[in-house]
Amino acid sequence: MATASDTAGPRSGAPAVNTSETIISIEGMHKWFGQFHVLKDINLDVKRGERIVICGPSGSGKSTLIRCINRLEEHQQGSIVVEGTELTGNLKNIEIIRSEVGMVFQSFNLFPHLTVLENCTLALVWVRKMPRAKAQEIAMGYLERVRIPEQAEKYPGQLSGGQQQRVAIARSLCMNPRIMLFDEPTSALDPEMIKEVLDVMVELAESGMTMLVVTHEMGFATAVAHRVIFMDAGEIIEQNEPSEFFNHPRHERTKLFLSQILSH
Amino acid sequence: MTGPGAPAPYAPGTHPDLPPPVRTTGVVGWARQNLFSSPFNVVLTLLGVWFLASVIPPMAEWALVKSIWTAESRAECWGKMAVPEEAACWAFIKGRLSLFVYGFYPVEERWRVDLSFVLLVFAIVPVLYDRLPGRRHWFWYVAAFPFLAGWLLVGGFGLAPVETDQFGGFMLTLIIGVTGISFSLPIGIALALGRTSSMPVLRILCVLFIEFIRGVPLIALLFVASTMLNYFLPPGTSFDLLMRVLIMVTLFASAYIAEVVRGGLQGVPKGQAEAADSLGLSYWKAQRLIVLPQALKISIPGIVNTFIGLYKDTTLVLIIGMLDPLGIGRASLADAVWAGLAREVYLFIAVFFFVCCFGMSRYSLYLERKLDTGRESEK
Repeated sequence: MATASDTAGPRSGAPAVNTSETIISIEGMHKWFGQFHVLKDINLDVKRGERIVICGPSGSGKSTLIRCINRLEEHQQGSIVVEGTELTGNLKNIEIIRSEVGMVFQSFNLFPHLTVLENCTLALVWVRKMPRAKAQEIAMGYLERVRIPEQAEKYPGQLSGGQQQRVAIARSLCMNPRIMLFDEPTSALDPEMIKEVLDVMVELAESGMTMLVVTHEMGFATAVAHRVIFMDAGEIIEQNEPSEFFNHPRHERTKLFLSQILSH
Repeated sequence: MTGPGAPAPYAPGTHPDLPPPVRTTGVVGWARQNLFSSPFNVVLTLLGVWFLASVIPPMAEWALVKSIWTAESRAECWGKMAVPEEAACWAFIKGRLSLFVYGFYPVEERWRVDLSFVLLVFAIVPVLYDRLPGRRHWFWYVAAFPFLAGWLLVGGFGLAPVETDQFGGFMLTLIIGVTGISFSLPIGIALALGRTSSMPVLRILCVLFIEFIRGVPLIALLFVASTMLNYFLPPGTSFDLLMRVLIMVTLFASAYIAEVVRGGLQGVPKGQAEAADSLGLSYWKAQRLIVLPQALKISIPGIVNTFIGLYKDTTLVLIIGMLDPLGIGRASLADAVWAGLAREVYLFIAVFFFVCCFGMSRYSLYLERKLDTGRESEK
């Protein structure tokens, strides 16, 4: 638990969001998996540059929520508008939104048959239609930013988990996304590797990226989040700025959850 | 000196990396580990050595040392031996070699077969070997090869036409095998994608096709090809028998390939397609660049297995009267001058098929090793 706060360093709260422009707007959204009602009446507005941490017990729908934002999951009711484009069945719109929204997965999902550099240039070359040399230049820039340029020619299987996750972040950043979604980015990592990934995420936060992070790293939440959202059983139970959220949780279920994850 | 079990004289944290004990490495270590690791293995090793020692020398004597390479008839051949029938009479095979290779292809046109074979080699190398310099430039040649070879073999457009019922021997095996292999792979991949697609109509069509083809023996399909297909085609269309066989063999193999590839598709984690989606790749790009390369890599053993099966199944065309090597062999054995040399004929054909299939098998191993990018490659 203490790792993240060490990572982020002593910092009192995050800087306030400097714009009021809404970049993601979710209204009355519902989702079912078969008969199972996994998301119930979700309403959420995200401002440009805002950093949101979503937490909650497993099975509460937090991953599904952010997967709806780039349509890896389809919602059945309500609306999701990303950058002024509503997510519907329109494939072209979905592809546009996906190329503007980066996603980092719990299990990295790097492409094992491609080198680190090829992982990063793939979408630039095939989606952005960029010449290979230019794409490689951009990719190397981001690999330097996540501090692994020397691994560019290796295959993902030859890297440690922490290195793989940093490559995954660089791969998303190459597309120059406006929004970054993180789906439990450190849950599959050994403790000593969590820090290197969180460091990269903190730097990204400082650059003003809009971020939605599903995580249990409460130190990270305290240090960089503008807002912490607590979900349980498919509903948003409570949301607040981090210090209020952790120090004065209002809802019983939030208190229970916090007592459970903070008791060790 | 520190004996085994004695406390090491190293302070904690200063223990150097030592070489492994001698008896676990090198030839001695290998033999201990692989041949004599337990009493049972010792017995097995000795049995194996005894078996090889008692089988190989007589085989070599029969096939090579005492064999006869020139003779005009079986009687002459056996007459040359100390004891008749004690060794192989390769003179028979030698005398009929061109029949085994070309079937009844007209002698004066056989250069066309030779040329097609050379062109085939030039078409296969860029497909199989990706480090060939300028590999991309060969693409159009490879794409044009089937038409080029078809024109050379069948004739027309300036070449003397040759009826396909004169095709035979190894040439026929290669034509059916290579056509079946090269067309069944793309069709099989398409069927596998169709079967895993989310579009119900497409999926059902693919399932029906695959299950129908897989549920019927190849021989039955070949009979359909040779006898019944005319009923289904518009009257007046004449359709070459070889062409029908090629289509049937290709469809048959593609149904199997489809199932093998489907297995491979299931072996690619769902997260791979999701990651490709999340980067904005379209379905087709995600399949082509991310999912299929990994699925095909997993499927290599199954795909090559299917190809080897298909290659050997080409001998079934014998049943509908085509003269593949086995057909030529049977016809040759019917010759009264040479009758009685079945061992030589079938061994010769077996060696031909073994060499081809073993080559495919080795290539698949090479490919698996080359495509292995995981941690395993560091072992």
